[in-house]
Amino acid sequence: MMLRVQDLSVVFRDRAGEEPFTAVDRFCLTMDRGEVVGVVGESGSGKSMTAHALMGLIQRPRAEVTGSAVFEGTDLLALSPEEMRRYQGRDLSIVFQEPMTSLNPTMRIGKQVEESLRIHEKLSRAERRDRALDAMALAGLPEPESVYRQYPHQLSGGMRQRVMIASALVLRPRLLIADEPTTALDVTIQAQILETLKDINRKEGTAILFISHDLGVVKALCRRVVVMKQGKIVESGAVDDVFYHPQEEYTKLLIASRPARKKLKGGRQDG
Amino acid sequence: MVFARQRKQADTKNRKQKNWYLTIGIVLTACMLIFITVGFFWTPYKPSALSAADREAAPSLRHLFGCDQMGRDVFSRTLEGAGSTLTIALAVLAVGAVCGLVIGALCGYYGGRLDALIMRLCDAVAAFPSVLLALVVLAVTGPGKYNVIGALGVLFIPSFARLVRGEFLKYRDRDFVQSARLMGVGDLRIIFVHILPNIWPVLLSGLTIGFNNAVLAEASMSYLGIGVSPTEPSLGYMLKDAQGVFFTLPWCTAFPAAVAILLILGMGMVGEGIRERMGVAS
Amino acid sequence: MGKALLKRAGLLIGTLLLVSVLAFVAFSVIPGDPTGSVLGMEATDEQIAAFRARMGLDLPVWQRYWNWLTAFVTGDFGQSFKFDMPVSELVFTRAQATLVLAAAAFILIVVISLPLGLIAARRQGGIVDRVVTVLTQVTMSVPNFIMGIGLMYLFALVLKWFRPEYVPLKDGLGAHLRYMLLPALAVALPKSAMTVKLLRGSILGELGQDYIRTAYSKGSSRGSVLRRHVLRNAMIPVVTFLAMAIGDIMAGSIVIEQVFSIPGLGRILISSIGTRDYPVVQAIVVLLAGVVVLCNFLADLLYRVMDPRIDGR
Repeated sequence: MMLRVQDLSVVFRDRAGEEPFTAVDRFCLTMDRGEVVGVVGESGSGKSMTAHALMGLIQRPRAEVTGSAVFEGTDLLALSPEEMRRYQGRDLSIVFQEPMTSLNPTMRIGKQVEESLRIHEKLSRAERRDRALDAMALAGLPEPESVYRQYPHQLSGGMRQRVMIASALVLRPRLLIADEPTTALDVTIQAQILETLKDINRKEGTAILFISHDLGVVKALCRRVVVMKQGKIVESGAVDDVFYHPQEEYTKLLIASRPARKKLKGGRQDG
Repeated sequence: MVFARQRKQADTKNRKQKNWYLTIGIVLTACMLIFITVGFFWTPYKPSALSAADREAAPSLRHLFGCDQMGRDVFSRTLEGAGSTLTIALAVLAVGAVCGLVIGALCGYYGGRLDALIMRLCDAVAAFPSVLLALVVLAVTGPGKYNVIGALGVLFIPSFARLVRGEFLKYRDRDFVQSARLMGVGDLRIIFVHILPNIWPVLLSGLTIGFNNAVLAEASMSYLGIGVSPTEPSLGYMLKDAQGVFFTLPWCTAFPAAVAILLILGMGMVGEGIRERMGVAS
Repeated sequence: MGKALLKRAGLLIGTLLLVSVLAFVAFSVIPGDPTGSVLGMEATDEQIAAFRARMGLDLPVWQRYWNWLTAFVTGDFGQSFKFDMPVSELVFTRAQATLVLAAAAFILIVVISLPLGLIAARRQGGIVDRVVTVLTQVTMSVPNFIMGIGLMYLFALVLKWFRPEYVPLKDGLGAHLRYMLLPALAVALPKSAMTVKLLRGSILGELGQDYIRTAYSKGSSRGSVLRRHVLRNAMIPVVTFLAMAIGDIMAGSIVIEQVFSIPGLGRILISSIGTRDYPVVQAIVVLLAGVVVLCNFLADLLYRVMDPRIDGR
């Protein structure tokens, strides 16, 4: 068992007199090493918030994160921000939904891919460069040497997402959280990126927590899936079971709405 | 997503705080305007009246702001000077904003070569500090209220023209403008009835900045002795006048200076409030 | 990049020429020439004619402009009507004080506004931030010459730390700079307030960007995110603003010179306007325009260097 999440809740209590908003409600999940697990739900179902909570990206004073997430014997949620920094980017890393804005526009690609190396390891510049180029090749970037010197605006969305994947993989983390990594991309590029993620999982044994609103995409990549609605898990199990024999009305709706990607009623918008 | 959520909250919080800004700005500006308007009709003493007995009198109930070295009532003179400064600033604004609005609207709406040429010219003029350019113009025309208004007014046109043009560029291809055009609405009507109301917030914010720049420029120029002529009242000229007695009669300096600052501060806060409320960047 | 810059440079030279034409023609068409004020009422016709010939006043305007321009670029700014000396000598001896004042003001702006903007942004919503926000709003509203008067009052009369008596450079650099500190502060404070506001907004804007979240997800500390990502990007508009502000600083210096009786370009400009000594006025105006144009060019250059996105457009 690599990761065991139990009763993870995220509650926003930002202002006095305002009703607290529960973004994630008692989320539970277990993952083995090298496993690919999907989390599905409409936008606002709390799946991204779950990912952020696991990555330690929720700023504590504004939101309350409770429960436990034991990763290789350490409860990540019990760590102080300083302790958590040792894990971020090294043992677990994340790829975000927005490839167009998730890269620093004024920093060369190479430097951004190397950033985790610079933070977590003491390496010479040449060693850093080699490992960055290595990760970029793994992420399926053509001509890593030339991309290394480029700036984000010179790359397409798909390429930028590969850069994000490369910088997440540069330290070969055991867990990669992919937070809707293909939502903002064209369908053909989406398929290529999914292929790349599969390859990485096979070659490097990286476990992937794949978050999507698209059950079809999850089906192509994962064996197990968790379905979320309004912060709660409504259904979970083997992906084929869930896809072909959904138990919940909500899951059926998710499957039915797939091509049109309609928003479901009762969904809370949070972007 | 948590960052976006947090950002949104920071924004609304900020906006509420600035609305408070707008309130203070409006109250302050209103107070100044009432103060100055009263000065147009009534001053406790004749601003130019000399009184030998009250020469160099310190502020008291008789002379709220004291008297200068010639026994003139500083309160009355400040009222008159502020009125004159306000008039000049408003006149400058009228010239600059009206011409700038028309030029900017036509340039932005029609575009083309003439637009490119005019904008180049505007860029060139706007790059220079307006006080400096106005000094040169006044060096040629000589001092005087109307020369100041003319010089500053013309120099303020480019910044307004650029502002308005930018807004018109944004709106001229919008759906509602297109559909108005399809329905056969004339260009002038589109410009003034369909587009203009949308750019009010930006224009208002520009007007507050322009007003402050006008007050600032007029006061600086008159202080340098190249603004209004010595016989005309103005806050800047009063400050120039008071410089000789700066150390002995500080009230001659302090009160006109304070009035100028409050006038600018109030209008600045109004502008800030408008910008934050309407969500327009400065 | 090269092409865009070249185009920009061409535009700026054009601007400069335009200013020189305006400055020259403006003073050539005004009625009344300096002959009267220089030679006095009793001058004979021959004296006047001789003076006009010596000053080149009898040639047509365009020829005078051409002569003046060609001489100007070689550093010959003509002869002052009022002071019987070359304008270049007059201007360059006076320029020292103005340049020191402007440079000191610029340094003060940077020294004052960068830390304040940073602190205000870091402690957004905190007490320091609120105090700084209110202070900037108030300071921005004070015309710089009034700021000068206020500082003079406080430091010379109340605190008695400052003697309002100009100390020229030849009396020692330290003493000269000490005198210049207060006028420089007067020029710097209102501009600093604007810079603080810009920097604070810029930092907060960058902090809200998605790439900041990426940096945190890699294990960056808050300080390292600020240093490596936020500051660099937030500085782009600030650096451009500062470069463009040099023109305003020069203009501000000219006004402040009156307050602190500093014999710089401003004093001579104002007095020359009064005596219609227009070779001096023309030279100063064109030189200042040159500084402004150069600074705008510099701002553009810095912007292109700092922001790689401009390149592709």
